[in-house]
Formats: sequence, C-alpha cells, structure tokens
Amino acid sequence: MTQSDILTILPNILLVVWACCLLLVDLFIPKGRKGWTALLAAVGLAGVMGITLAQAGRTMSAFNGMVVQDGFSSFLNVLFLASGLLGISLAYGYLKRMGLERGEYYILMLFSITGMLLMAQAADLIVVFLALELLSIPLYVLAAFARPRPESEEAGLKYFLLGAFATGFVVYGITLVFGASGSTNLTSIAAAMASGSANKDLLLIGAALLLVGFGFKVAAVPFHMWTPDVYQGAPSPVTGFMAVGAKAAGFAALLRIFVTAFPSLHVDLVPVLWGLAALTMIAGNLIAIAQTNIKRLLAYSAIAQAGYILMAFVSFGNPQVMASVVASALFYLVTYAITSFGAWAVVIALEEPDGQGLEIADYAGLAKRKPALAAAMTVFMLSLTGLPPTLGLVGKFYLFRTAIQGGFVGLAVIGVVTSLISAFYYLRVVVVMYMREGEPRGEGESWLDLTTAATAIATVVLSFLPATLFALASGAVLKLL
Amino acid sequence: MDFLLNPLIIVTFFPLLGVLALLFIPAARKEALRWTAFITSVLTFGLSIWMLTLFHASNPDLQLGFSLPWIQVAGWNISFAMGVDGLSILLVLLTTFLTPISILSTWSAVEERVKDFMLFFLLLEVGMTGVFLAQDLFLFYIFWEFTLIPMYFLIGIWGGPRRIYAALKFILYTMAGSVLMLLAILFLGIEAGTFSVPDLVTKLPGLYASGVISARAEMLLFLAFAAAFAIKVPMWPLHSWLPDAHVEAPTAGSVILAGVLLKMGTYGFLRFNLQFFPRATLQAAPWIALLAVIGILYGAAVSYAQKDVKKLVAFSSVSHLGFVMLGLFALNQEGIQGSILQMVNHGLSTGALFLLVGFIYERRHTRDFDAFGGLWKVMPVYGALMLIVSLSSMGLPGLNGFVGEFTILLGAWGAGMKGGSLGSVLFAAFAAVGVILAAIYILAMFQKMFLGPLDKEENKKLKDLNWREIATIVPILIFIFWIGLYPKPFFALMAPAVAKLVAAYPAAIAAIH
Repeated sequence: MTQSDILTILPNILLVVWACCLLLVDLFIPKGRKGWTALLAAVGLAGVMGITLAQAGRTMSAFNGMVVQDGFSSFLNVLFLASGLLGISLAYGYLKRMGLERGEYYILMLFSITGMLLMAQAADLIVVFLALELLSIPLYVLAAFARPRPESEEAGLKYFLLGAFATGFVVYGITLVFGASGSTNLTSIAAAMASGSANKDLLLIGAALLLVGFGFKVAAVPFHMWTPDVYQGAPSPVTGFMAVGAKAAGFAALLRIFVTAFPSLHVDLVPVLWGLAALTMIAGNLIAIAQTNIKRLLAYSAIAQAGYILMAFVSFGNPQVMASVVASALFYLVTYAITSFGAWAVVIALEEPDGQGLEIADYAGLAKRKPALAAAMTVFMLSLTGLPPTLGLVGKFYLFRTAIQGGFVGLAVIGVVTSLISAFYYLRVVVVMYMREGEPRGEGESWLDLTTAATAIATVVLSFLPATLFALASGAVLKLL
Repeated sequence: MDFLLNPLIIVTFFPLLGVLALLFIPAARKEALRWTAFITSVLTFGLSIWMLTLFHASNPDLQLGFSLPWIQVAGWNISFAMGVDGLSILLVLLTTFLTPISILSTWSAVEERVKDFMLFFLLLEVGMTGVFLAQDLFLFYIFWEFTLIPMYFLIGIWGGPRRIYAALKFILYTMAGSVLMLLAILFLGIEAGTFSVPDLVTKLPGLYASGVISARAEMLLFLAFAAAFAIKVPMWPLHSWLPDAHVEAPTAGSVILAGVLLKMGTYGFLRFNLQFFPRATLQAAPWIALLAVIGILYGAAVSYAQKDVKKLVAFSSVSHLGFVMLGLFALNQEGIQGSILQMVNHGLSTGALFLLVGFIYERRHTRDFDAFGGLWKVMPVYGALMLIVSLSSMGLPGLNGFVGEFTILLGAWGAGMKGGSLGSVLFAAFAAVGVILAAIYILAMFQKMFLGPLDKEENKKLKDLNWREIATIVPILIFIFWIGLYPKPFFALMAPAVAKLVAAYPAAIAAIH
C-alpha cells in the first residue's frame, strides 16, 4: 500500500470509517433523537465531498491499476455524495412520520454510497463486482426497511433475489472475459483485444452477460420487472435514493467498462444495444400510461429515462462520438438526479402514514391548497417530459445530439416519439393537480420543502446556464491509463 | 451587461417584471392584479413602438440584434441570439398589440384565480415575442415549446366544458410536430457546426453544393420543420386540434391563440423552410399550395355548416391561413408580402371576431345560432362593430382583409404563370372561389345573429356593449381601416427583407425548368 493507493481511495476509506464509527455512536443516541444520526451522516458525506472536490482534477491510479481516480470518477462521486445528502433530507422527516426511525437507515445509506464511489473508480472487473455488491446489499435491506408492511418486505426480498441473480450474470460474464483475455483489468482487456491475443467470441459472450447484469441494475427492458414493485413497495425516500444512486452507479459501470475495455466489440454489440434502448424507451413509456399510482408511474418513468441514456450509449465504440456519449450520459444523470429527487420529495410530502396519498387521484386540487408544491411538481413533470424551460430539455437535447452524431437517427426518432408519449402521463399529473377539485392532505416540513424548492429552482435556473455543467461533464472524459 | 438595454431583450422580457409584480399581490385583490397585468402589457406595447422607431425599414438584414455566446463548450455552438427584420417586425407588434386587448377583455370574463391567469398570460407573451425574435435554433425551439405550457394551462383551467380534452389535444398535437423539428434542428446544428440562423443561411448553400447534406436529406429536414409548422398553422389535414382548442379556450385565450400563436407556424415556414431549404421548397411548393387551397375551400365549407359561432370562426381561421400559406409558397414579392400582411390582418380580424363572440357569450352563455336573431335591434353598437369586423374578415375592399387577399392572389397567379413556383394558375383561381365562400358563411352568420325578427325573450333585454368592451375593439378597428385604406407603410416595413428572401428564387426556378 503506497501513499498513492491510499490517496486514491481516501474518500472511500473515510466514508467507511465514518459509517462504522456512526454505527457505534448510534448505540448511544436515544431512541427519539435519531435525527442526530442523520446529521452526523450528512456531516460525513459533506466532509467526504470536500475531499473529493479537493482531489478533482488529479489523475491517480492505485493497487496496480485496479482503482483509479480521474475526471469521470470525480464527477460521479460528487453526484453520489450529493444524492446521499438529498436522500438524507428526504428521509429525515419521513422516518419520524412513519414511525420507522432507526439510525441504521443512514448508516446503510453510507455503506451503499461507499459502494457507489468505488464503482465510479473501478478499473478492474473484480473491483466492479465488489463495488456492485457493496452498493446493492444495503439497498436490499433498505428496501425492506418499513418492516411491518408486507409490500416493503416483498420489495426487499424481490430486489434481493433478482439482484443476486443479476449479480450472478455479472460474475459469469467476468469469468468469461477473464478467460477470453487473460486479465480482469479493463485496460489490459482492451490491449489484449488490440493485440489479437483475446478470444473474441468468448469476450463477446462475456460482454453480453455483463450487459444483462448491469441492464438489471439500470432497469433496462427486459430486465426491468423488479422496478415497479420494488419502487412501489420500498419506503419512498429509499426509492428516491435508489432511483438516482443505483442507476447512476449502473451507468458508471457500463460506461467505464464498455468504453475502456470493449470498444472493439462495438460493431457486434450495436444491434443488441439498439434493441435494448428502443425496447426500454417504448415499453417504459407505454406501460407508464396505464399507471394510477404515482410511485409506479415514477418507476416506469425511471425505466424510460434509462432508455434515453441507453439511446446515447449505443454509440459507445465510435471514436468520434465516444467523448460525447460519456459527457451526455453524465449530464443527463445529473439532470435526472435533480428532477427525480424533487419529484420524490413531492411524493413524500403527500404520503400518509397508512400508505394513502400515493394515487394520482390524491393529487387533485393540490394547486389550490399548496400552490408552491404543485408548481414544483409541474416543473419536475415538465423536466421529465423534456419541455422548456427545464434542465430536462437540455439534457435530452444533448442525448439526441449524441444519437444523431452516432448515426442512429432511427433511434432518435423513437426517442422523440416516446418523449411525446410520455407527455401524456406526465401532464396527467399536472391536469389532476390544477384542473380537478380535491382535498389533498399531507404536511410540509422544513428539510423536505427546502429540497423540493432547491431542486425545482435548480431545474429551471440551470436550464438557462447549462454551460458550466456541460464543461464539467465533457471534461470528465475517461483517461486510458 | 449592457445587452440588457438592447431593445429586443427589453421588449421580450419586460412582461417578466409584471410577473414579478403579480407574485407580490395577494390573490384576492383582483382589480390590482388585472390593472398590473394590463399596464405591463400596455407598457410592453409602448416599448415595441420604441423598437419600431429604431428599426430602419430600408435595411433588408437583421437589425437591433445581438449574439451572446451561450453554450460554447463540448462542441456546441449555441448563442443567445436575437434580431428583427422586415419579416418579423409586424408580428412582434401584433403580439404586443393583441396582449393588452386580450387582458382588457378578461375583466368580467375571468373571476376565478385571476392571479394565475395573468401570470400565465404574461409568460405567454414572453414566449411568443421570443419566438419571433430568436435567431438561434436552440433558442427558437425553447421559446416555441415554452409557449405551449401557459396556453395549455389557460385552456385547461379557464376553458369550457371539454377543456381538459382540448388542452391535452392541443399540447400533444403541437408537440408531435415540434419533436420532429427538434431532430432536424440537431441534424442541422451538427452538420453545419452552428445553430445560429444567419450563419446557417450563409453556410447551407455550401453544404448542399459539397454534398454534405444530400437533396434527400434536405427534403427530410424540410418536412420535419414543415411538420411542426403545418400543425401550428394549422394546415389541412392537420387542423383537427384547432376547433376544440378555440372553442374550449376562454375568450382571451382564443384571441391570442388565433391572433398570434397560429402565426408562429406561418412565420416558421417563412423564416426557416423558405430560407434554409430552397430546393426542397421549390419541390414542395405545388403540394403545399394544393393543401392550402384545400384548406381554404374546406375551412369555408365547414364554417358554413357550423351551429356554434365560435367554431365557425375557428374554421374560418383554417380558411384564412390557407391564403397565407398560398401566398408564402408563391415565392414572389407580392405573394410573400401579401402573406405577411394577411398574417397581421387575420390576427386583427379574427381576434376581434373572437372578442365579439365573447361579448355575447358572457351575456347569454350560449353560442348557438338558434338562440340569437334580430340582435341588431337591441344591441346596435355591437351589431355595427360586428358588421365591420365581419366585412374585414370577408375581404371587403377598403378594409384590411382585401389588401392582403388581393396581393396574395396576385402573387399566386404570377407564380402560376411561366417562371413561377406553382406551375398552374388554377391554385389562384380556386383560392379566389374561397373569397366567395367566405362571403357566404360570414354574411349567413351575420344574418342569423343580427337580422331577422327578435323573437327570443332573453334577447330582448340584452345590454349593449359597455365602454370597456368597445375599448377592446376600437384599436383593432383603427388598424382595419388604416391597413385597408393606406397599406403602404406596412408594406414598406417588410419590402426590402422580402425582396432579399425572394431574390434567390427566380434563378432557382429557372434552373429547374
């Protein structure tokens, strides 16, 4: 272990140590005061974010090239840590309200975030697997957190079983890739392909299996079956955190692995990816139309959003477009993160302790009773559709540009047509809020309202000033070490 | 920061100050809200007149413009660029002119949630002005899509019984075209390396010549843009959202929808299709003219069959804008000039018609013809105003409609002769028949409503127009007579820019034939 090794994974080390200490400290925090655990967890995240920002711009590699620190990982790490902070602010009041307040919630979140941080930094397939497990297992537990409620337990179990199955695919894929190329290090795999010493067919199968495993994680069709039930059954703040964090981590892995190790397989994988992207966009949007539960609606919307990112991802191996693929995917992940957390914050604000308040019909009349909340939800719905003046439009613009640059105009057409279809169900929420009468209940509380307001304002304001974020995203280009 | 003092920025974003002011006024103080919105829109109109004084009509290029680098990273070349020329100046003035009139008409029509209504209306004005002034495709797209949102709310919250259906149909239908336009914009931006409209106009001929954009690609791009604009105009057969949206929208919403939003479609054809894709335009011209003529005749025929007077006016819009499209694709000086003038005329006349229909609806809460008859006896002022506006819509010489229609028909006939874009004078001939049909349905409407025996009890006690209502119509009347009797200043504003646009076409037409 050299100094460079430690520096590279310093954020991870600190976060794990902090989480373990918090586990101990939490024993001494009295039952009704678990807000302290939340605060300490947030402090930990903020501290680690500071270190990550300080390290940004440097490129380091550790443990014989197994873990790296570069622009890509810095960008994503900041995203994960920010998601963690937003996740805590969403959970804080909710857990109290639902009687679920236990300190382990925040600690599990910290462990999961550590896994996500490692995923963004992984340059070796074994580390990818390690990170995948580290980020997923706490999420399985968190999904079942609302323990007496059967749908939460069912969600946790479903997520665990299907997740373990998908991880099996990932491991099998890693094995085949290792067999084909003689190494699990991403750059070595690419070098093996370039020098011709790798067995291409075996590598292709391995890559396809990895695609299946990570397709599950990002909820691509047809690996999406767990998403609606898990998103609906899990406690809403967990879903909000999962929807962003796990998906971003999945895409981090896909981007890093495929762009670094498998660009030579591009030609063979294009038809598969094309079909995956098209199916995901179409199925996600079409099935969402039939939903009446807001949590299931947002789940199918998450599937569709993953489809748009996959649409850009199809060109991953095209050298002229590669940088654009990564940059547009990263940009859209940030866009999606901001919008998604905002939407889930609104869902949490309206959720009742007995599980009421989660149907779209319960949003009727929200514009009259809570105009600011309704306006915020409108902003989020418009951003998810891709209407100006929201960040979602800019993000989609970038994704479509990448798709067209890659030559996949047909896929872009599917993308815009499905965006149009999505307008139907997103606007339905707006219709119900503004144009129907009703008496929505639901309380506000300070952190939740702050989150909702901040994300809504960010969605609108950043759409006029996207240049900085564009620059950051495109600067986060992978460096092949 | 001195771009903030640019007249175009001020005209576009001044209503936001009104929005800000409205946010601080409590929702219960309706009078304060109405006056704030009204004064804001009147001031915006004043500012647009100031902009007009700075405009040099003899200069055919974009003026008063600026271009700020907006997103210049990662291979993007998007600027925040605005500019005005003879093609758009009249439409900007139309927007700022109709908005205060529409707001004035809501005094007694909108009683619920006045604050939200005014907020949406002022935001809509920002969007519409931005559409006409944007000189960067990304910015244009943002403003274009943005106008959908306030209009959607205006129809959906304050509209008639089927408002939610109408609002949803409106937004989905319009978005369908817009998303295809998005792809075309991206394609252009990628191939040309810039999204700026003036730059594209200069760069595209080179790209066509070098084969970077093939003729087939050019036609597909033309069709993608045309899809968005044709739905907006609306051209037959993509017009079915219009009757629902117009009928269900509140009066002010209908006025602004017919008066300005439909012009965004025709403006789009003018600014983008005609300038970017000359070969495709020429190839498509006879087909679009065919659809336009069908629209003229179909709109007129269906108008005649209507029982609901608002729906009649809605279908008459399809008919009138058919003339505009015919004039545009005549691709000559008279055709396009007549077309732009007719855009303004239609905004004025049809806007006034919707206002007038709104007056009787507020009194009788019905728009069915059978409920009326003999209204002239009880409401002489209303009858007189309705007569003038109807005759203007019909195209009576001396009023504005005639000047526009005549110029368009002149252009279409010229285009039908040898060396023209249309290839046959039958287009102009059938369009002229449309003028007769317009007379039929307009005069029939007037006769059913105002003439004849006053036999319904409810009609006998109707009050004539009050001063506020007259004040919404009189400014429009001034322009109806001015344009009808002395259209020269209006033509002078647009002539050089149109000449520049048309300059390339005769050679291109000769090259084809």
